[in-house]
Amino acid sequence: MSAAKSYMKFDWLMIFIFIALVSMGWINIYSASLSDSAQGYFDFKQIYGKQMIWIGLSFILIIFILAIESKFYENYASIIYLVSLLSLAGLFVFGRTIAGTTAWYDFGGFSIQPSEFAKAATGLALAKYVSDIQTNMQELKHQISAFIILALPVILIILQPDPGSVLVYAAFVFPLYREGLHGVYLLLGLFATVIFVSTLAFGAVWAAVAVLLIAGIVYYRNRKKRPNVLKYIMIVVACIGFAFSVSYIFNNVFKQHHRDRFNIVLGKEVDSRGIGYNTNQSEIAISNGGWLGKGWTQGTQTKGNFVPEQHTDYIFSTVGEEWGFVGSMIVVLLFIGLILRIIYKAEKQKNQFGRVYGYSVAAIIFLHFFVNIGMVTGIFPTVGIPLPFFSYGGSGLWGFTILLFIFVKLDAANYYYT
Amino acid sequence: MRKVVLIALVILSGVLFTARLFYLQVLDSSPESLEQNSAIKVMYDYPQRGYIFDRNENLLVSNQPSYDVMVIPRDVKPLDTLEFCKLLKISKEDFKEVLRKAEIYSPRLPSVVVPQLNKADYASLSEKMYKYEGFYIQRRSLRDYQVKHSANVLGYIAEVNNAIIKKNPYYQMGELIGTAGVEKEYEEVLRGVKGVKYIQRDRFNRDIGPYKDGVFDTIPERGKDIQLTIDAVLQEYGEKLMVNKRGGIVAIEPSTGEILALVTAPSYDPSLLVGRDRSKNFTKLWYDTIAKPLYDRGLMGEYPPGSPFKALTALIALQENVTTEDDRINCPGGYYYNGRRLMKCHGAHGATSMVYGIAKSCNTYFATLYRRSVDNYSTIQEGTDKWKEHLASFGLGNFLGYDLPSGKRGLIPDSKFYNRFYNFPKYRWFSTATISNSIGQGEINLTPIQMANFTAAIANRGWYYTPHVIKNIIGTDTIPQKFKEKHHTTIDPKHFEPVVEGMYQVYESGTASYLRIPGIEICGKTGTAENFTRIDGKRVQLTDHSIFVAFAPKDNPKIALAVFVENGYWGSRWAGRIAGLMIEKYIKGEITRKDMEKFILEGSLEDEYAKPHSGKPFTINR
Repeated sequence: MSAAKSYMKFDWLMIFIFIALVSMGWINIYSASLSDSAQGYFDFKQIYGKQMIWIGLSFILIIFILAIESKFYENYASIIYLVSLLSLAGLFVFGRTIAGTTAWYDFGGFSIQPSEFAKAATGLALAKYVSDIQTNMQELKHQISAFIILALPVILIILQPDPGSVLVYAAFVFPLYREGLHGVYLLLGLFATVIFVSTLAFGAVWAAVAVLLIAGIVYYRNRKKRPNVLKYIMIVVACIGFAFSVSYIFNNVFKQHHRDRFNIVLGKEVDSRGIGYNTNQSEIAISNGGWLGKGWTQGTQTKGNFVPEQHTDYIFSTVGEEWGFVGSMIVVLLFIGLILRIIYKAEKQKNQFGRVYGYSVAAIIFLHFFVNIGMVTGIFPTVGIPLPFFSYGGSGLWGFTILLFIFVKLDAANYYYT
Repeated sequence: MRKVVLIALVILSGVLFTARLFYLQVLDSSPESLEQNSAIKVMYDYPQRGYIFDRNENLLVSNQPSYDVMVIPRDVKPLDTLEFCKLLKISKEDFKEVLRKAEIYSPRLPSVVVPQLNKADYASLSEKMYKYEGFYIQRRSLRDYQVKHSANVLGYIAEVNNAIIKKNPYYQMGELIGTAGVEKEYEEVLRGVKGVKYIQRDRFNRDIGPYKDGVFDTIPERGKDIQLTIDAVLQEYGEKLMVNKRGGIVAIEPSTGEILALVTAPSYDPSLLVGRDRSKNFTKLWYDTIAKPLYDRGLMGEYPPGSPFKALTALIALQENVTTEDDRINCPGGYYYNGRRLMKCHGAHGATSMVYGIAKSCNTYFATLYRRSVDNYSTIQEGTDKWKEHLASFGLGNFLGYDLPSGKRGLIPDSKFYNRFYNFPKYRWFSTATISNSIGQGEINLTPIQMANFTAAIANRGWYYTPHVIKNIIGTDTIPQKFKEKHHTTIDPKHFEPVVEGMYQVYESGTASYLRIPGIEICGKTGTAENFTRIDGKRVQLTDHSIFVAFAPKDNPKIALAVFVENGYWGSRWAGRIAGLMIEKYIKGEITRKDMEKFILEGSLEDEYAKPHSGKPFTINR
């Protein structure tokens, strides 16, 4: 098979959505970062000018990614993973610290954040491991191995510390589940989240009472099947123990600014000038938009720089203010379209490596999308992770570009597997 | 199942975000006004208030710059309160109180902290203002009075209060509005329209340029200058004559209805109500409930008109065809009914005709005419209402409709009034009961401007223009239409000549013969009105009011006026002299009757006004 033929097989829908998101991202970064000193669209001293360079370079990157033989990614997955881990570890020696987080390599004019690239590398390594003929995800031994693959970059990133990026690795539970990981892991995660949130919202005692009640009802309904009472008691004790430990950790281990973030989202504190400022300003900006928005570069919240980090994590608030409900919905639908397309294509992969990797890509993009827009619209606590393809930042953009286009390449090559 | 979970979650998140965005952007987005947008600063550009000129284009009122320290509570950052208070020259307690009130009014709209700084305070403060976030200095324009008189006509401007702000959204805290006199009446003309600038701010409250390049900004529209009908020279002279007296002078140009002078005494210097001492001075004037300097006696004082009213009694009788010019009525020294004297006359005038009756102010004569007029109809009710109708056509008994914001209706009783008063139909009442009306006593009350107005109508022989103080709104070259409409009285013009002749004879041979001004044919009528008050719960008759109405010259009159001096003994003593001096001043421009001027300028009634408190006896004409 030759590269000349294979380009016909690229999934142009994914590429189109990618281009749409990147362009829309740039348009909004332009508006969010426009200042008096700006001189035209091609002012490379401005943030939007720099992003234009990053976007331009990302297209060169795409050509390289698509030009490389697809087997390369599978065969060299472990090496890519190791290089990635080394780059994360190297931060502790050569890294640059910004705002308490050592996450960047400084190259004079620009800096690179290796954790953005580690996602793709981890995805490849996980796909490689899971697709191994000997791996069975239903076996505990293999589950542990898979988790170790995830845990290594997570530990290195926690040490930076960059809690937002750590959260992203939770996305890998989806490909693992798809490949046979027991559903109880998903359920446990969900249940833990529910207890976690209700403990914070209503207190550990009420959460415990609720757990007891639910357990009682479930037991009563199943009483004819003679359920194992001991099992029930163990689960209940575990849940209540979890609730109280959440309460303990929240009050004694978390720092005040962590607590504040949760309290605001749970509606326990209203402090629009202090810690809730970001979310509040972002919500005001989005509300300002109305149906059709205020128009490009006309957002008053955006112009006044009221929303902190607006060109990075809070870029969606610019979309909300200047393009309104209609513009916001287009962005949301583009993301959902992209994610669903990736999942669809992943299912079509004839080899397991491609499928696992595809699922990883979809899950990572989904997690970013979900947490970021949830945060900007005030549904979730403030967790600083970027909106893929949209937010300002070279490492982020390149990280997602590599992540996506390796899959585009794998997908294009899929046709030649027999 | 394994294939569906992620897809389901993706779709669910789409639904969640759609709902959230719909809520935030469509349901929750009550279209925020620019004023409420925290990213927009609203700046007002206040135009110059219009100047006020007198009828001869003398400048009465102009403007001076003033600086208010303003606060936007929302933007206030912790500050060195002590130092700031020292700069503002106010106490810390006052400062905190002001801030508290400002916060209650609105956290995001400006309120005044210290009004009307002078230039020196402004200079020292302005260079340190940057230290106090949320505070700024607003430049405004204040009134600068060029004259010390006419305070009651000009009125004053004051900061708007919450009631005004609620009623009229144009105004905001700290802005000024005309609250009395011409300033109130012509507020919208004088004020102009303030300009608005919307300025885009960043999160540090720094201005980063006009919002949307200023498409919503408006340019201030300068207030229009106005010219008043007041003659500054005459007004000033009138106020000088009224020093140490209480009362009012209203002078009208009969041919136009223009008010030449509107004097009330005591008055005050309009400059007192400008600047930082305004509130102190205002309080002092406001709480002087005895002399009432803020009370315009010319417009608000309701007094029994006394003898000048007799001219109207004569006119009504002529119109009702119950007498003629030459009809003679015997005056035996009082009005007798069934052998009982209902009214005393100040002399036995014998056979009295109209001219003589007016000249001598014969009570008997007018009592007779009054009874004939109201008894000319089948019932007393009908006659009384007809009588009131004639008087109403002179603008009496109701608001005249002049262009000053204060006034009183006065009182011309009608049949309903007397029916209630005498409990009709249980008890009946007759013209003998209301006979005091014939000589302007009884139930009748008029304000001095109403008296001046009927005098003007007599001078015009049957018509008048609604009195007004606006001569021209400069730029539009117009005045309100209602001041250009002629009002005709119900009295036929031919009936006026004998009355005018009678009023002329008041000067030639009557009660004001010693007040003649050489070279001017004046027609006038003296008046002396009884008045009462309560002292320690007892009804006490006070010294009579001195009243005079006059116009001159007799033909083609240039001025008609009413003078009212409270407790001035009798008509010609104070009011008559003042009327003569005003007429001479206006027509000749100089005074030949220096004796009269000296009497008035040196005379004082302060002793008289102290009598209710000092206990000295009152002077009552018997």
